[in-house]
Amino acid sequence: MGLITPALGLFIWTLVAFLIVLFILKKFAWKPILKMLNERETGIANAISSAEKVKIEMAEMQADNQRLIQEAREERSIMLKEAKETKDKIISEAKEQAKAEANKIMEEARTQIELKKNAALTEVKNEIGTMAVAVAEKVLRKKLEAADAQADYIKMLSEEIKLN
Amino acid sequence: MLVFSAFGSFAQEAQQHTEEPAAAAAHHEEKGKLNIKEIIFGHISDAYDWHVMDIDGHPIAMPLPVIVYHPEKGMSMFMSSKLEHGHAAYEGYQLVTEYYMHERKAAGATEEEMKMLESNTGKIIATDGASIKDISITKNVFSMLLSVALLLIIMLTVANKYKKNGAMKAPTGLQNAVEPLITFIRDEVAKPNLGNKYMRFMPLLLTVFFFIWINNLLGLIPSGANFTGNIAATAALSLVSFIVILFSANKHFWGHLFNPPGVPLPAKILLVVIEIISLFIKPIALTIRLFANILAGHIIILSVISMIFIFGAMNQAAGWGFAPVSIAFSIFMFCLELLVAAIQAFIFTNLTAVFIGQAVEEGHHDAHGDHGMDHAHSENELVL
Repeated sequence: MGLITPALGLFIWTLVAFLIVLFILKKFAWKPILKMLNERETGIANAISSAEKVKIEMAEMQADNQRLIQEAREERSIMLKEAKETKDKIISEAKEQAKAEANKIMEEARTQIELKKNAALTEVKNEIGTMAVAVAEKVLRKKLEAADAQADYIKMLSEEIKLN
Repeated sequence: MLVFSAFGSFAQEAQQHTEEPAAAAAHHEEKGKLNIKEIIFGHISDAYDWHVMDIDGHPIAMPLPVIVYHPEKGMSMFMSSKLEHGHAAYEGYQLVTEYYMHERKAAGATEEEMKMLESNTGKIIATDGASIKDISITKNVFSMLLSVALLLIIMLTVANKYKKNGAMKAPTGLQNAVEPLITFIRDEVAKPNLGNKYMRFMPLLLTVFFFIWINNLLGLIPSGANFTGNIAATAALSLVSFIVILFSANKHFWGHLFNPPGVPLPAKILLVVIEIISLFIKPIALTIRLFANILAGHIIILSVISMIFIFGAMNQAAGWGFAPVSIAFSIFMFCLELLVAAIQAFIFTNLTAVFIGQAVEEGHHDAHGDHGMDHAHSENELVL
């Protein structure tokens, strides 16, 4: 049995068949398959790296958002504080003004009253004077109808002056 | 399933051999024993027909075309059934069988002729004694053609799927089964050994790997051929590898081969001789490693199965008793052979890549670095 003596026929057929298979597979199978595998690998690598990039960008954006929110919050509290201060100021100012206005009105009213009172008093005095003169005239007219009475009176008046 | 059907057909076949009628194989039972060696060799040798099994002494076999070239008569082609297993000559060609040798001996052939017949047992000879070239489609060739067809169908289907689905779609089905193997060959075999030149040799490496593997697997099918366990087949494959190694070798490789730097002249002459021998040993090692591994596996499985019938011939009870042991052991061997089928395909591919890698390696101008690399390569070789 020629186990270790190669048979020519099998040798040639193997050689021919192998070379044909090599040629066909190289052209129609290995080239496209290896190309596709390469493409897929680079595609996956690209996808992973871009995903990584997006992740980093997302994290950055989130940090930005956080910062913006923080800033907005601070701004809001500042604005609230300012508004409160302004309100207080306005109220106190208004109060102050109202007070001053009231005082002024009171003062004016008081002087007006004083003026009116004085005027009224003067008028009353004048009236009383006139009335007293009129009464005195009437009284004197009656009393001085007689000549001796007139003389008496003049005498009394002159005495009064003397006394002064 | 496969493994069990294996036992069925092996057992049946072996049994048929043992019970073969005296008329057809009188010489088999000359010594009154079953000839295990003949049974085993019948299974592992090449043949001109594909004999599946015998049922009640009737062989189930497919005749294959015989193609012979006669230096005077030229090419002739006919079916092997015309030769009638050595019982008749056809167009001046005769299949040498034990029956024919028996007949010739009875007809008073010379010692010399008997010796010639002995060395040509199982082959076709010309009755006029001319030296003919036999390029028949034998069982092994036929089996190889089947596996080639299978390989082409599988790989072209897969390639079409890639083209259809585009690069970015996940692989499915057959494509999914083949893809890890392709990436394995690329990442574990081609890239480490060939560096950035790996793309040039990928088609060869992939073809070698799948060609050997599919033939190894087909060889495991019961009553299948023993293609990769035949030295002619492995020699042809190594020849391809060897030619690729020689043609891809660069100046640096040839320079180191014929003019090893930094070596005194007498040592240089010796070294060049050794290097040239080692260059030719590489393909021979590839040939023998694959052929011997596969052949040994087949012989062990056949031997283990045959043990049932050896014991059976001594005593029927012993035969039945030993059957479970034998079957358990051959299940183990079949599993091992499935592994070996892939491993040997990988080793052949890997060594081809290693040898090509040595041939295309660029010079580093650093003797120490070079030595380290060579050392690593030879170590790799030794391990495998």
